[in-house]
Amino acid sequence: MDNLVQIDNGVAISRADIPCLSPENFGLTLADFVKNDGFVVQFFAYAEHGGHRLLAVLRNDKLYATGCEVGAEFPSLTGWVSEKFHMFEREIAEQFGIRPTAHPWLKMVRYHPNYAGRADVFGNDYQNEEIPGRYDCFRVEGEAIHEVAVGPVHAGIIEPGHFRFQCAGEEVLHLEIQLGYQHRGVEKMLPTVAQRRLPIICEAIAGDTAIGHNLCCCQAIEALAGLKVDAGAQLVRTIALELERIANHLGDLGALSGDVAFNPPAAYFGRMRGDFLNLLQVLCGNRFGKGLVRPGGVAFVMGAEQRKLIIDKLDEIEPQVKNVCDLLFTAHTVQARFEGTGPVSREMAADLGLVGYAGRACGLAYDARVAFPTECYGQLPHNTNEMTNGDVYSRASVRREEIMHSLALIRLLLKRPETTAQAVMMEERPLAADSLVVTINEGWRGEVSHCVLTAADGSILRYKVKDPSFHNWTGLAMSLRNQGISDFPLCNKSYNLSYCGFDL
Amino acid sequence: MLKIIKNKLEQGCRTSPYPKQPIALYERYRGRPEISRDCDPVLIRQCAEACPQEAIDPVKVTIDLGRCTFCGLCEMLSQGRFVRFTQNFELGTASRADLVTDGGAYADLASHAKQHFKKLFGRSLQLRQVSAAGCNSCEADTNVLNTPFFDLSRFGIDFVASPRHADGIHVTGPISLNMKAALLSTYEAVPSPKVVIASGSCSISGGPFYGSEQVIGDLGTLLPVDLYIPGCPPHPLTTLHALLAFFK
Repeated sequence: MDNLVQIDNGVAISRADIPCLSPENFGLTLADFVKNDGFVVQFFAYAEHGGHRLLAVLRNDKLYATGCEVGAEFPSLTGWVSEKFHMFEREIAEQFGIRPTAHPWLKMVRYHPNYAGRADVFGNDYQNEEIPGRYDCFRVEGEAIHEVAVGPVHAGIIEPGHFRFQCAGEEVLHLEIQLGYQHRGVEKMLPTVAQRRLPIICEAIAGDTAIGHNLCCCQAIEALAGLKVDAGAQLVRTIALELERIANHLGDLGALSGDVAFNPPAAYFGRMRGDFLNLLQVLCGNRFGKGLVRPGGVAFVMGAEQRKLIIDKLDEIEPQVKNVCDLLFTAHTVQARFEGTGPVSREMAADLGLVGYAGRACGLAYDARVAFPTECYGQLPHNTNEMTNGDVYSRASVRREEIMHSLALIRLLLKRPETTAQAVMMEERPLAADSLVVTINEGWRGEVSHCVLTAADGSILRYKVKDPSFHNWTGLAMSLRNQGISDFPLCNKSYNLSYCGFDL
Repeated sequence: MLKIIKNKLEQGCRTSPYPKQPIALYERYRGRPEISRDCDPVLIRQCAEACPQEAIDPVKVTIDLGRCTFCGLCEMLSQGRFVRFTQNFELGTASRADLVTDGGAYADLASHAKQHFKKLFGRSLQLRQVSAAGCNSCEADTNVLNTPFFDLSRFGIDFVASPRHADGIHVTGPISLNMKAALLSTYEAVPSPKVVIASGSCSISGGPFYGSEQVIGDLGTLLPVDLYIPGCPPHPLTTLHALLAFFK
């Protein structure tokens, strides 16, 4: 294991301690690790001394980092080792113009010119041509084959992205998901802006995961600036992350019932989701928890009044949540539509590296709250999932179990007396020079991770963001194999992945 | 069936009596700001420098609500002596300039210049929502208007799937370069006369993403905007109030 350095979640290390392997050795190390039940948390390139380096953050039951110098190309691991690398390698190619050789399906991730000023790996000329959407999707040929194109603008109030279905009659043979329409240049702008803007930008990486992403950002700044967070602030942060989880899961269960035309729970879940968003508003004045988490603690103290409002609401709404879940999950029509729809096998989920409820519904138990606990999670009971068949029913069941678990966690947390000494305000702080920090939190969709590298003057050299959707979109594509095309909305909602979290 | 009835009884009727009766938001919600113009200029400058959104003009002593994300930092920093956010969620305006506030009287949205819109769309308004790199909080809090509490359709306002069926577009997000073409095509597909609504600080000023070379930021540079709804995201009641005041 000399080729890897063990790191801890949210603890900065000197960049000098990151191994710098030869490209061959780096590839072999990653291959060996992943073949032994290892997963990829981050894998990206950054500029250093006029050249480029690759950095990989890996996990089994611990976290590791390793790196290498890289020239204009490196051997792809996707084809001969694991699918886990495929999106990361495409991203490296797009962001820095570094080609992963022998990548089985090298194509754009987000449609933007690379940061290095090199020739575009895909031959796109972003200066002079309108590129987004100009891409030849994978095609199935044959007389009975037809193609369905959806998006980028979709039929509801949702984010844009393109889906291309290759169908034989009603049956989907292949779904290709081509995103990038939401690309806002987040990773490129983060190192260039004043520190005071970081939490605001991170809260908008994926607005439904405002707490999850901003928590990663603030924990990274805390590690680099040597800030301590008191127990009261940790309590608020943990409660906020769980409220975010409950609100989103409830909303999605409602959308799932709407998609199978069972309207009562759709209406009830939609309304109850609002109740939980309003609890975030009780904590910090914003329904998505924007403005709550700041480096060093929280910007709003949770006093006796807020505690009481939350407990009273939980007392009122918990029986309703249970009853509406029961209504949804015991309806035969719902069971008939959920069961066996959009399955992904455990083996495939492991090969793709699915995370969050998408992975847990396939039997991959990984939960960052358990494996790499932050804030209060080290002292809280874990959740286990009963239904792990990888279909829509399993994903819905896992979410139901997580809602009940999160409700119990919030009650446990509210029994604790700690209050934060003082609300913190965003201040600019010097960051440790030449350091690396990786932060991981279990956002409601799964593993959210930020990775910050600092330069010799303490400025941010590279800011890498990974939303769980980066892993899981491929899972959705695989769910659609040999499914009726009319089941797409159902499969899609069972994942409800982030477009902007992916597109950055 | 019995379970449906039991749940129906437990849930009851949840639709808000707003706008017939006023509605109060929790005191931590930050809406329309009150500005103390005679406060210590040093403090004002301090707030302006700390503002992550560069929304405060220390010379004119104004806040640009089109840039502001309502994070509340200026209120905390000045301990309410310079800025104090009220719970008034009626923030929509008919012009970009009206969003720059000195804390004095707000432009009355109901008496805006385009009165013919009330005649055209006052009884039925169909909107096509376009997310142009929106982070999904604006989208989510627009979607929520269809839940039983807000029940937008009781006002004759609906979000529709096709731009051909729409009277206008409701745009969220800082308009990524990659969404520009799709946004303009959607706009063109809406039959005239049509309305354009910029919702959320992103579509008004780029929001948190101002300065990024991958976004356009101000929707007004691409299309003629009729209605601005500020916030990060706008509270559903802000959107509801703006739609009702502007079109009804």
